Amino acid sequence: MAFIEIENLVHRYEGRDESEPPALKGVNISVEEGEFLAIVGTNGSGKSTLAKHLNAILLPTAGRVTVDGRNTADPAELWEIRKTVGMVFQNPDNQIIAAIVEDDVAFGPENLGVPPEEIRQRVKDALASVRMEKYRDFAPHLLSGGQKQRIAIAGALAMQTRCLVLDEPTSMLDPVGRRSLMETVKRLHREQGITVILITHFMEEAIGADRVIVLSKGQAVMEGTPREVYCREQEMKSLGLEVPLAAEVAARLRRNGLKFPEDIMTDEELAVALCQ
Amino acid sequence: MSIEIKNVSYTYMPGTPFESKALDDVSLTVEEGSFVAIAGHTGSGKSTMLQHMNGLLQPTSGEIVIDGQALFGKGKEVKSARDKVGMVFQYPEHQLFEETVEADIAFGPKNRGLSEKEVAARVKMAMEFVGVDYEAYRQKSPFGLSGGEMRRVAIAGVVALSPKYLVLDEPTAGLNPQGRDELLEKIRELHEKRHMTIVFVSHDMDAIARYAERIIVLSGGRLVLDAAPYEAYSNKETIESAGLLLPRLTTLLRTVEAHGLKLNLKPKDMLTVEGAVRAIMAAKRPAPKAKNNQRGGKG
Repeated sequence: MAFIEIENLVHRYEGRDESEPPALKGVNISVEEGEFLAIVGTNGSGKSTLAKHLNAILLPTAGRVTVDGRNTADPAELWEIRKTVGMVFQNPDNQIIAAIVEDDVAFGPENLGVPPEEIRQRVKDALASVRMEKYRDFAPHLLSGGQKQRIAIAGALAMQTRCLVLDEPTSMLDPVGRRSLMETVKRLHREQGITVILITHFMEEAIGADRVIVLSKGQAVMEGTPREVYCREQEMKSLGLEVPLAAEVAARLRRNGLKFPEDIMTDEELAVALCQ
Repeated sequence: MSIEIKNVSYTYMPGTPFESKALDDVSLTVEEGSFVAIAGHTGSGKSTMLQHMNGLLQPTSGEIVIDGQALFGKGKEVKSARDKVGMVFQYPEHQLFEETVEADIAFGPKNRGLSEKEVAARVKMAMEFVGVDYEAYRQKSPFGLSGGEMRRVAIAGVVALSPKYLVLDEPTAGLNPQGRDELLEKIRELHEKRHMTIVFVSHDMDAIARYAERIIVLSGGRLVLDAAPYEAYSNKETIESAGLLLPRLTTLLRTVEAHGLKLNLKPKDMLTVEGAVRAIMAAKRPAPKAKNNQRGGKG
């Protein structure tokens, strides 16, 4: 059994009109430990709903989600699941609760009853991992959006989380914050082997992922490596999604009769192909 | 007719340990009928500047003049000058509060004391302009809508006031590419068909390149660039040191040129994918008529 198994997951929000289709209609995804999976889709595709199933914030209307063999629908497993999967949300201001950075990062392990000495060590390590040691005694409201997001990640790391689920973590950040956050996430994946599930609608952010899954109207409709998915430019567009700019320019040049590789994703690759 | 910002400086919490200078001697004029983007990193002072444009903040020094009327004090003329500027805040959907879409959009015009008939007409007009169907949505709760729809309803609430100058603080933040493009197209329509002057804050340089006629870059509270979007191509250092990225298309074209393909870039080619493709095709197939040249000239 894979690390995270999503089987025939259906989610219908309570109180919604029965005539409306459910937010998720039978999604099947397995995620291996150590994988970097990107889930992309437009607004309303069900990607945030899916994310909330990964640590039992939402429970399946039908189907099953297991994390490391534990069923999210089993209340007895809740703590273990929340420890295993840490969430980072879109809005940096909605997930910081303490008045000092250190206290915020310590909040999770404190709740787990970790001994104080160990909490201290974990907080120190977590802040070092996201390169925020300098800010340990800052008030969070004095930090930029990108810094706040890194503190949110540190909070998850201090729980010794094995999987980070990031739900559009950069969409409220400026370009610099966006870049530093993505570098942090990629480094944690590379160096600490943390499983990363990144929900995004920025295709460039997903380039570094091992696998991309495209959600549309509550269903997984495309799957593959970023390269495989992005060269299906027309299909992506019909789903309301963009492909990386270099892939789009390449596709148009190809339609104009220029010949070069089908799987161009980056500016660099496009430039090299053009200048051969 | 214009919004003039004259040597404006603004200091938050002066005389306290938290004192910080958000704007430092900024001067610029937004001409009536223009489409201007203000860019800058978090904390660059762009939202602070916006809030000066309808008098929400009073400059610590300097002045704001709208159509010849200085925004200072509380007189009748100041009030009517301020009313010319419609302000859409960041995440305007957080300010929705009424039970129905119609009532929410009607709130502003009603407060202006317009007749019921006029209010109804304004609501209908505003909803059409932002692309939210009047009949289908007027009785819906704004809180049951999708993020993009909520955003447009909130903007309709400002459009219904028929401002001469429409000022928007990061109108596309958090929207997906499709939602972003739809919204910017609607804003462009307001500009073209209703001749509204548009000022919008964004750090989405791609959107700026495609829609704005002029880009103003703030950094550390100072104005560091005031140029046409295509001029971003030659202002890489200024833009990057202001904590912004070049438009993606500009970066792509620069990368291609850096690899040795000389492109003859015209300003408009730098702003659209179509233009970039045209310029690259021209460089790869220099013959005047590509049609007669199908077999040769491939790279």
